[in-house]
Amino acid sequence: MSDPMQEIRASFFIECDELLEALQDGLAALEGEGGDSETINVVFRAVHSIKGGAGAFGLDDLVGFAHAFETVLDELRADRLDATPDLLRILFRSADTLSDLVRAARGESPVDGERVAALLAELESACGSDAKAEEEPPAFEPMSLSLDLDLGGELAAPSGPEPPTETERVWSISFVPSPELYAAGLEPLFLIRAVSALGHARVSCRLREQMPEFSDYDPGSSLLAWDMRLSTTLEMAKIRDVFEFAEGLCELSVSEAGPESPAPFELEEAQVSVSPTATDVALPTGPTFPAPTEPPPQMPVDATQDGPPASASVRSEAMSPETAAHRGGKTGATVRVDLDRIERLVNLVGELVINQAMLAQSFTEAGLAGVSKIASGLDEFLQLTRDIQDSVMMIRAQPVKSLFQRMGRIVRESSDAVGKSVRLVSEGEGTEIDKTMIERLSDPLMHMVRNAVDHGLETAEARRAAGKPEEGTVTLTAAHRSGRVVIEVRDDGAGINRPRVQSLAEERGLIPKGLALADAEIDNLLFLPGFSTAGQVSSLSGRGVGMDVVKSAIAGLGGRIVITSAPGRGTCFSISLPLTLAVLDGMVVETAGETLVVPLGSIVETLTLRDEDLLPIGPAATAIRVRESFVPLIDLAALLGYATARQSYAGAISLLIAQDDGAKAALVVDQIVDQRQVVIKGLEESYGRVPGVAAATILGDGRIALILDPSDLIARPPGRASASLLFSEAG
Amino acid sequence: MTETMRPLPAADVSSADLELLSFKVGEQEYSVDIMSVREIRGWTRATSLPHAPEYVRGVINLRGTVLPVVDLGLRLGISSAEPNERSVIIVADLGNRAVGLRVDAVSDILAVPASDLQSPPELLADQADAFIRALTIVEGRMIRVLELSAVMPAGAVAA
Repeated sequence: MSDPMQEIRASFFIECDELLEALQDGLAALEGEGGDSETINVVFRAVHSIKGGAGAFGLDDLVGFAHAFETVLDELRADRLDATPDLLRILFRSADTLSDLVRAARGESPVDGERVAALLAELESACGSDAKAEEEPPAFEPMSLSLDLDLGGELAAPSGPEPPTETERVWSISFVPSPELYAAGLEPLFLIRAVSALGHARVSCRLREQMPEFSDYDPGSSLLAWDMRLSTTLEMAKIRDVFEFAEGLCELSVSEAGPESPAPFELEEAQVSVSPTATDVALPTGPTFPAPTEPPPQMPVDATQDGPPASASVRSEAMSPETAAHRGGKTGATVRVDLDRIERLVNLVGELVINQAMLAQSFTEAGLAGVSKIASGLDEFLQLTRDIQDSVMMIRAQPVKSLFQRMGRIVRESSDAVGKSVRLVSEGEGTEIDKTMIERLSDPLMHMVRNAVDHGLETAEARRAAGKPEEGTVTLTAAHRSGRVVIEVRDDGAGINRPRVQSLAEERGLIPKGLALADAEIDNLLFLPGFSTAGQVSSLSGRGVGMDVVKSAIAGLGGRIVITSAPGRGTCFSISLPLTLAVLDGMVVETAGETLVVPLGSIVETLTLRDEDLLPIGPAATAIRVRESFVPLIDLAALLGYATARQSYAGAISLLIAQDDGAKAALVVDQIVDQRQVVIKGLEESYGRVPGVAAATILGDGRIALILDPSDLIARPPGRASASLLFSEAG
Repeated sequence: MTETMRPLPAADVSSADLELLSFKVGEQEYSVDIMSVREIRGWTRATSLPHAPEYVRGVINLRGTVLPVVDLGLRLGISSAEPNERSVIIVADLGNRAVGLRVDAVSDILAVPASDLQSPPELLADQADAFIRALTIVEGRMIRVLELSAVMPAGAVAA
């Protein structure tokens, strides 16, 4: 990374990703509602910027294609072309090819030159001969990266307060605290709030002098000064009263200023406006700012005040349209951070969580947990740790949008390949999920979308015969549901042909002939390795990668997949995933002296076994009756080889665990210790795969506990491989 | 004074010399290249891993990372004594990951000229010679140089 050009190049490619995303968005908007001129502009600018950047790096293929693409878009922009469905299809494919070319330029997968050439020809024919006349200036518009922190007082200026009324006067206040002010424990924020409570105030903060080098920095020094413009009906004395306690501890000047004008104190230096949160704290009523167009979280707002705090909510309502208008078209500011740094932060926070637990435990051991000061301090610490952890996890979280956009391309390509007309509808694109998860979801989801297009949807003729619109629909949805993310791939096709699935499974020897299977069981046959429903192996799916691979990929992410299907109405694959891969809600249990963690999500209930519920089956196995169904009993200590199976299970504690496919088992443990959030530590990297174990975690006492993998446990009851099949429908 | 009798003359440690950390497993003396040793720590109880070979004592928490611990006494078939508080864990580098080696005591740091290392005699049993990279004699004691890569169970080495 020592080559600066290399870094610039890398950042160009990151920018390309963003531009390509904007391009996809714009095209989707064009397709959806026809789009206004601004949408076309966005699309045009995206392509144009890629072209400009590519030109700077001498990526001629990319420039050439982007130029042709841009020419068509320019025609569209100038209303010389109509956004017909045909043209849009070309545009979508061009966007796909453009992203291919970007990837190729990055040195990843090479592009299919013929395809590019064919598309180029299509693009040229689309814009006709007259378009050639106009040449685009090759200039590259640099993309500006706005770094919008809390510093942004001047941004709020255009939405400034209403002109002062007759009786109001405008005061200019300069407040320069001395170090002694801080030493006396005074907080400038409170003073500023008090000032802003007197009327309309606009506050800006400046550095009094150049920020010293860190090595020279004296944390006790006072470097900030505030300038305030207050319009109020009150007298100067009243204003000075606010600073009564700060007298002698600051330089204060209050003078009457002229009417509203470009204030002299709006310097180039960092300006801090009192953020809405700060204002909120000051007001007992605690108004919440409505978010009409999702303003960025640190929306700078001047600390205007229409009077007594009671009217605060009115004020904020009055503010919002202005703010919205001001903010219109401005996207949320972002900072690019190396993933490694976030990774490190996540790890450190994980350590912090463990440390907190260890601390709490040592207090308990020292018999101090009952001391209320310590207890409340620990509680606060716990709360803070949780908050930090959540916030750090949020950094890693990304909307699933990029993932869904990739699926748009899969739908286009696969529907072209099988000659079906398919529309992709995506819902909940803003749903956020861990970045790693997004990357690792791409392949399974791609496979499912292909399956939906290839197998799920009928041919156009069949659809017409069934009285459905010729165009099939594949719907992708993402939503947060009770602490998990649920992603669904739904088609409005014919549904699963269950008799055919069963006979195919029989043919392939996957199940014995003539079994009476429930619908859900037949559906689950799709997940068996070696199953493929395509009568003919099409170029798309049926390449030997089956739904079993999808299922194991999802399971590898701690997720579950469920099929629902209605004949004639379609099939829905629903994936439920944890929000993050780094923490897990678990139940801490003990058996044979070992401490283990069972993922809470898989536990249905805990039971104390009664003698009359036990049902020995054969010499080695036992089942228990849970209400009206029977569930196999697994002695955890014996299964993991910690101890021999116990003689009698009466009175033992067991956890009833269930899988999404309905498989259940009761795990016998010695004791349930706790229920808590644990940080997942990979075991596979440091040791290798351990059967029945998903990962490890570090407990409060610093010892490692293993996190069990319930699905693996259920799949391998000792010596009774078929037990789960036998009981899978129980309950 | 012969060449082999030097007690660590630092100035003489040329690039051809090896520094070995020697330790005791039962009554036998083994050593590893000191460059592959990350740290030495006291014994802490390990969390046992299900279905792991007997000589894998389990995993311990090494400042937030999961460290597998191999009992060298069991691994080398020397002793099956349970670890006690005098047992020591040598944290050794295995390329991209680490392993803890449970030994009975750490004895010495030895500087050995590379030329003094001898290949183990081929007579040694198939299983044992895989663990011994070389032999050397220091102050009349036979020191075995451990082949670190052979310590972890084959199935687990998925790195």
